[in-house]
Amino acid sequence: MYTQALDTHGKDAAAGATEGDAHATRFQARVDAEEKVEPKDWMPEAYRQTLIRQISQHAHSEIVGMLPEGNWITRAPTLKRKAVLIAKVQDEGGHGMYLYSAAETLGIARAQMLEQLLSGAAKYSSIFNYPTLTWADVGAIGWLVDGAAIMNQIPICRCSYGPYARAMVRICKEESFHQRQGFEIMLTLTQGSHAQREMAQDALNRWWWPSLMMFGPSDADSKHTAQSMRWKIKRFSNDELRQKFIDITVPQAHFLGLTIPDNELHWDEATQHYRVGPIDWSEFYAVLKGNGPCNRERLEARQRAHESGRWVREAAAAHAERARNRSNPAQVAGEAA
Amino acid sequence: MSEADWPLFEVFIRSRSGLEHKHVGSLHAADARMAIEHARDVYTRRQEGVSLWVVRSADIIASDPEEADALFEPARDKVYRHPTFYEIPDEVKNL
Repeated sequence: MYTQALDTHGKDAAAGATEGDAHATRFQARVDAEEKVEPKDWMPEAYRQTLIRQISQHAHSEIVGMLPEGNWITRAPTLKRKAVLIAKVQDEGGHGMYLYSAAETLGIARAQMLEQLLSGAAKYSSIFNYPTLTWADVGAIGWLVDGAAIMNQIPICRCSYGPYARAMVRICKEESFHQRQGFEIMLTLTQGSHAQREMAQDALNRWWWPSLMMFGPSDADSKHTAQSMRWKIKRFSNDELRQKFIDITVPQAHFLGLTIPDNELHWDEATQHYRVGPIDWSEFYAVLKGNGPCNRERLEARQRAHESGRWVREAAAAHAERARNRSNPAQVAGEAA
Repeated sequence: MSEADWPLFEVFIRSRSGLEHKHVGSLHAADARMAIEHARDVYTRRQEGVSLWVVRSADIIASDPEEADALFEPARDKVYRHPTFYEIPDEVKNL
């Protein structure tokens, strides 16, 4: 799942974008012709840095995204739901791995990305800093959060950078089960008891607005969209994708008999779109800055996992080293001498 | 915190018996055995394959994109290597 348009290109992105040499012109011509850029091809430094940032943030989001749902694995209501949830969380971990690999082709080491995540320097999708309080939250995440992520990610399958595009094709294929299982959880709850319907409504109330924020700041405040579009890293603006998501999701909520928590929501006959009320961007920026309900908890959980796994990594490295020495005693003797 | 990365491996999958192995991505592992196990977990959660290859990325020798023209351009004007280059009368069969 889970890329988010965070619009956090560095200052270098703006500077490098104007590189006027022949290489840059040829590069842009290739991109314009929809040719894919591959790891060893020449590329503007700003293109490289933008992609490293975007792909690594995307990878971090997958990894941190395992936490809110992992919270419910031991409490899933049936064995079937539990098996599905484990499979889904495992997929998110896999997606993180595909993406880290894609980012590495741009010249950043895995260890460096991990360090950026664990030190709190790196950003990840703001949505994972919200808590999963009830089982219905697992349904709402699949339906809304994965739904928003798919909307974001399908255009990235056509990204100009080959390794990112290919990773995204694989991810999107796996993602659709995530969304459907979430909707099915919501459907089951809304067909259940009064308390279960309330639980589903409560989850929608809490996840609706953060899901809309997943598409990133509104176009008016999104400084780097134009450059990313020129580079064909991005195909649609944040607001375009958000609108698409709203248009397909509102009828799904109606089908469930749930109410979107927005008094201003209405169907606009002239434009044939659902229109939502204003989004509280101060909340988005607060969560992004580290002040969401679970930012600290998420980071601590990753740090703890990393520390707890240290002995396993050390043991594996020692084992590999010993096996290498055993199969190659002559070389070891030579090195010693 | 900064431990050195385990070596990088490229992963190839034979999707069905009778087909060739195809590159699918890469991963880090302490050794070849672990690379196979990780490849199983990362790249074949949905029966994507019946066989895996892992190769240390450092052992792959790739052609230089800058030399692509020199390498591949000479084949471009040799259309006579394709059967459609030859005109055969319609009435001649089985050619």
